[in-house]
Amino acid sequence: MKQNFRLFFCWAAITVILLSSTLTPAYAFEPKDQNYYERFQGKGISISVYNWGEYICNGGDGLMNVNEEFTKLTDIKVNYTNYATNEELYAKMKSGGSNYDVIFPSDYMIARMMKENMLAPLNHENIPNASYINPLFHDNSYDPGNVYSIPYTWGTVVIIYNKNKIKEPIESWQVLWDERYKNEILMFSNSRDAFGIALKALGYSLNSEDPKELREATDLLKEQKPFVQSYVMDQIFDKMEANEAMIAPYYAGDAISMMESNEDLAVAFPKEGTNLFVDAVCIPANSDNQEAAEMYINFLNEPKVAADNIEYIGYSSPNLAAFDLLDEEIQNNEIIYPSMEILEQSEQFINLSDETNLRMDQLWTEVLASKGSFLSWGFAPVVTILALFATKNWMKYNRRKKRKRMVDE
Amino acid sequence: MSKWLSRSYIGLVLTFLYAPIFVLILYSFNQSKSRGHWTGFSLRWYEKLFHNDAILNAFMTTLLVAVIASVIATVLGTAAAIGIHNMRKRSRTAIMNITYLPVINPEIVMGVSLMLLFVLMGIKFGLITLILAHITFNLPYVILSVMPKLRQMDHYLFEAAMDLGCTPLQAFMKVTLPEIMPGIVTGFLMAFTFSLDDFNISYFVSGDKFQTLPILIYSMTRKRVSPEINALSAIIFIVVLLVLILVNINDVRREKELRKKEDALR
Amino acid sequence: MKVKATASPYLLWMALFIIIPLGLVAYFSVTDRLGNFSLENYRASLAYSPVIFNSIWLAIIATVICLILAYPLAYNFSRKSANHQRTLILLIMLPMWMNFLLRTYAWMTLLENNGLINRFFGLFGLGPFEMINTSGAVVLGMVYNYLPFMILPLYSVMTKIDHSLIEAAQDLGCNSIQVLKNVIIPLSMPGVTTGVTMVFVPAVSTFVISRMLGGGSNMLIGDLIEMQFLGNAYNPNLGSALSMVLMVIILICMALTNMFEGVEEKEGMLL
Repeated sequence: MKQNFRLFFCWAAITVILLSSTLTPAYAFEPKDQNYYERFQGKGISISVYNWGEYICNGGDGLMNVNEEFTKLTDIKVNYTNYATNEELYAKMKSGGSNYDVIFPSDYMIARMMKENMLAPLNHENIPNASYINPLFHDNSYDPGNVYSIPYTWGTVVIIYNKNKIKEPIESWQVLWDERYKNEILMFSNSRDAFGIALKALGYSLNSEDPKELREATDLLKEQKPFVQSYVMDQIFDKMEANEAMIAPYYAGDAISMMESNEDLAVAFPKEGTNLFVDAVCIPANSDNQEAAEMYINFLNEPKVAADNIEYIGYSSPNLAAFDLLDEEIQNNEIIYPSMEILEQSEQFINLSDETNLRMDQLWTEVLASKGSFLSWGFAPVVTILALFATKNWMKYNRRKKRKRMVDE
Repeated sequence: MSKWLSRSYIGLVLTFLYAPIFVLILYSFNQSKSRGHWTGFSLRWYEKLFHNDAILNAFMTTLLVAVIASVIATVLGTAAAIGIHNMRKRSRTAIMNITYLPVINPEIVMGVSLMLLFVLMGIKFGLITLILAHITFNLPYVILSVMPKLRQMDHYLFEAAMDLGCTPLQAFMKVTLPEIMPGIVTGFLMAFTFSLDDFNISYFVSGDKFQTLPILIYSMTRKRVSPEINALSAIIFIVVLLVLILVNINDVRREKELRKKEDALR
Repeated sequence: MKVKATASPYLLWMALFIIIPLGLVAYFSVTDRLGNFSLENYRASLAYSPVIFNSIWLAIIATVICLILAYPLAYNFSRKSANHQRTLILLIMLPMWMNFLLRTYAWMTLLENNGLINRFFGLFGLGPFEMINTSGAVVLGMVYNYLPFMILPLYSVMTKIDHSLIEAAQDLGCNSIQVLKNVIIPLSMPGVTTGVTMVFVPAVSTFVISRMLGGGSNMLIGDLIEMQFLGNAYNPNLGSALSMVLMVIILICMALTNMFEGVEEKEGMLL
């Protein structure tokens, strides 16, 4: 299927809207079903939403303040707090100490939470706007049929590089192993993303659980270490924009924002395929307000709301009606909405077995702790000095004790 | 000569401490979101900051928690230090060892263990748990700063005050407290500072209604930390600095007046 | 009269919020994922001993640098008028009120190869010097973040050193080095111990600094422990075991430091 993805997108959007328009009036921010949103008015309900930072539109620049509008419309109060990583979210949810109603985990984390019964199955009747979701995201490998989750954003991992310094076209992940770019390469500092790239470079699946393949990936990552300037996450933004490094893997939507600050940057999709990530909205199993939470999810999928959110976040939208509301420039952007060909090659993360997760962490520590430790210089002298001090003080201590005993006598 | 030397040394250390702060403030005026790439002067992050309720609320929560926690920790910790100081050596040693533990324990371990404790105790995460946790990690710093002052103090002073007819409370207020005051003040300052900037412990004990500024800032690291935070830091910095300068000017003026009065009396 | 009762609220607090959580950590460290007793975690943490020593080594360097930098400064402060002292102390603390992450980002901006410092040197045709992503940068980060916690205790002890003692020593024919060695240092020893504790202990378990300024390729124990709790695999058991090991090592280090202080003044030396 070599069809342009944008065309597919538009076509799909039109079909879905035509279909859904038989049930509901056309999309606009005026909610299609006022009664639906007014059900909880005057009941003093509040929901707790737990989201990534900077991951919802908070007004300004002509966009809406999503949480405020929701409260205005439904009279449901929103307690909004943030987390920084999937793992923090997991650790917090696992303790069971707090009740959240809406959370936004990523693909593999959704699968893990599903496995551990931490999520509530959604009542799709309460989320009519889910019909806007692109059919491409109906059968995600982490949650087939979107039983527990409604996709919120998606994107791919791309190679971002400085085209002034790297003239030749980039085709493969192998470029991150190129000796010519020694000390100009940035690499992910989290194990799952780093191993994903190494596995892809070797031609294996991102989700490989085969110890032999993981071993190979580890060796490859160790091989890369001398060329890597630093292992980073969000520092990539500043380092790439300030021309501190030449090349780095990162998320497509963020690459666009880097390119806005530095015109020399460009993006490449490696031929081995890449990671397609999805962040989705879920309801924890211990939520007390599932219906209100579902209303919130439905609201997030109102075309205008979803469009404003996606404009704010800068990632790609799975919501077709929202896609239609975006600027043509964004719709045509092949980095944010890559061709079907690229999408077909890419793979989603799924949850790995506990065993593999543990092994991966161990192997990653092995990579990071391998040689070049700070110990190489001057460890021996320090130990000697400390030992000398210790013995000296020990002798002093004994002497004083003796003296004291003598005085006592 | 030595005065000049000492001044320039203070200047050097202050430059070291303030260099990153100036960079941080400089980039609050940057046009783009970048923190390493200057694209032009703009005030847009300040303007945005004042419309960002999330940041302002988080800032208020942070201040509230820091003030309450550090005040309680200072009172509890000072009382504890006095009590511990008066104990026999063996129990004193044992208690001080335990006091070190929260400092030694990596913050994240303490955060997770406190989280589990609060779950066990059935306390709902929120302001209360935040304050309890902050007091817990502030206490050692207060005790550790008050202890050396007590050790340094001449304990006959207290007894002399009692012999001269003070009640124990009076003796404490008039003799011990002024003696150990520098220790209490530094302890409070440290506690307040740690409270303001703690992320790891706060994250695990915060609830669904309140979050502190560090939690909000760390949560932005997926996208990138917004320069609005730089703007907020710049404002805090300037305000505190202004207050410091005003207080200092006032002090100098009062000192001069006092001296004048003394001269006139002579 | 010796009041011990004032410590009782703290003792209660300690039992509840320090001992019980510590018990939880200890419990986690000797169980496996399913909650069965196992010493596997301690065995596994042995494999990370280079990482542990690495962290201790860097923390020692940072502590020594802090002490050397802070000592003359604190002495200087203590000789100033009361108002000046207050202002200066607040000036020392003020940078720490800015967010840690932003401060570290700012250091990155300063130290990078295209950073402000290198650009400054570039004006004179010098450099670029490779500063970021080295162990030196990690030590710098530690010194920067913990220096105030060395200065403060030193200062608070030094303000109460009686100036007449110093004058007396001078009258008795001591030169300034002798005064320092025989009067000032012994009298400021309680502050030194506190300062060393407050810098060394958090510096050992620090993380983020090594990741951001050290390039992330040299793990410290703090990073390793964080990875057990917030890494790919949620493994609080190994994380707890690692932090127990760290605690024991630090307590031993503290015992060693306390030996410097002379025998009578020992505190916090269980071992």
